[in-house]
Amino acid sequence: MSTRDDYITTLNFSQLCGQYLSLWQFSILEISFVCVETEIYPMAGQTDPHVSLFSPEEVEFMAEDELVEIVPNMNMEPLNFIAGDFGRFIPQIPIQVPLWLAVALKRRGKCTFRPPGWLSVDNLTQVLEAEREPQSKFQALPFSYVEIARLLFDHARDDIPDMYMVRSLVEDIRDVRLHKLENNLGTFLGTSAVKMENVSAMEVNLVRPFARRALEAFYKHDKPEVVADRNTRSSRQPREANDEPRRPLRQR
Amino acid sequence: MASSSDMGSADFESLSSTSDVELLKRAWRNEKAAPEILPYEGDLVERAKGQIELVEENIEAYVENGIDPLVVSLYQMDLDRTQFLLRSYLRVRLLKIEKFMFHSLKSEEAESRLSEQEKVFARRCADDLAKHFEESVLRKLPENYQSVLKQSLISEVDDMVPEPHLDTFVVCRSKSHFTLNLYEEGESTQTEEMDRGDLYFIRYKIVKGAIESGKMDLI
Repeated sequence: MSTRDDYITTLNFSQLCGQYLSLWQFSILEISFVCVETEIYPMAGQTDPHVSLFSPEEVEFMAEDELVEIVPNMNMEPLNFIAGDFGRFIPQIPIQVPLWLAVALKRRGKCTFRPPGWLSVDNLTQVLEAEREPQSKFQALPFSYVEIARLLFDHARDDIPDMYMVRSLVEDIRDVRLHKLENNLGTFLGTSAVKMENVSAMEVNLVRPFARRALEAFYKHDKPEVVADRNTRSSRQPREANDEPRRPLRQR
Repeated sequence: MASSSDMGSADFESLSSTSDVELLKRAWRNEKAAPEILPYEGDLVERAKGQIELVEENIEAYVENGIDPLVVSLYQMDLDRTQFLLRSYLRVRLLKIEKFMFHSLKSEEAESRLSEQEKVFARRCADDLAKHFEESVLRKLPENYQSVLKQSLISEVDDMVPEPHLDTFVVCRSKSHFTLNLYEEGESTQTEEMDRGDLYFIRYKIVKGAIESGKMDLI
């Protein structure tokens, strides 16, 4: 049992450490899960990852509706989109628009970005320090910070002061958080609900398949017994001895 | 086009003004993440279709009138985004219908979640599949094993029908503070307090009611 879990965790770790995963890479992970865990799933209950999983592009699509501030440099009439109405564009007057609209305007040279407050060197350094503390929870970051940061870096380099510094900070934060996620996943001991605070959209999407299968396996094995509900994300109480009537499935 | 702009972050829908695109996005997200088919949002789809057609006509008019191509391309982008949401929503539902064909036709309750066209599609699909099975395999099996739905005549339930796996864990987020019973009736009651905006990995069965009533969102 333990070697299998090590196998799964090693796979997972290598996947998490990669860059944005393509759906192709996900299917490799899923195939390996199926090979390893086939005895657990009866035919009728096979979960199809492709129906429920979001591709990274879709996660980005969802993030593109976030509002950001831009400063247009031209005049334009109000736009009446299905998504909403966006007011007159007057040069030098900042206005809030969805991210996709802002990127489109920026690519045609019609505006400049005002970087969001959380995307500054000071704030990010602070967040990084806090994340690096051992046993800390996830810091509060916007839900789609990965996507927003990436789009801004791709299209609006000159609008962000200290761009290289900010970019390396964001990447460091991502690495630390992914590492923390991966460690936390290893402390599951069969819960019925796992609370995750301040985890961003892309990170949720990454761990979703693994965590889902792990939790399902735990649930299947633990069903008749009372399972203590725990908040595994705040690793301040990593593995306290709850009065669990059954032996833990994994010893680490 | 009576749409209203989003207020603040697009993640938390404000109580008063929620645009159709937001609702469609929410329906699409929930549908993608849920293991079974959710009730069909007929009104929303109709409204969205109406708006899309309107915008398509507008764009054609703009192009003829020679309006600034930038504006036209922006309208086109918005149109593409909404169309993608609508199409993906319908596509995900069709995929689920194909997967759980016989199951969705079995009970009244399951059938009521489909739209009219989806019901027609499901019935035709099921008929075709049943016919295919019968002609290629089932006729050649011994008498007791010829049913499409049951393994053999001795089975009490339709055990050849795949059912949606309601015990899947899903990621969800609540829109307001409320408590949730972690187990079903009869098992131990353990409640969990959910604050607004916290993410939870939880069994789908437990949050099913909350999602359908709109209190929680699947991520």
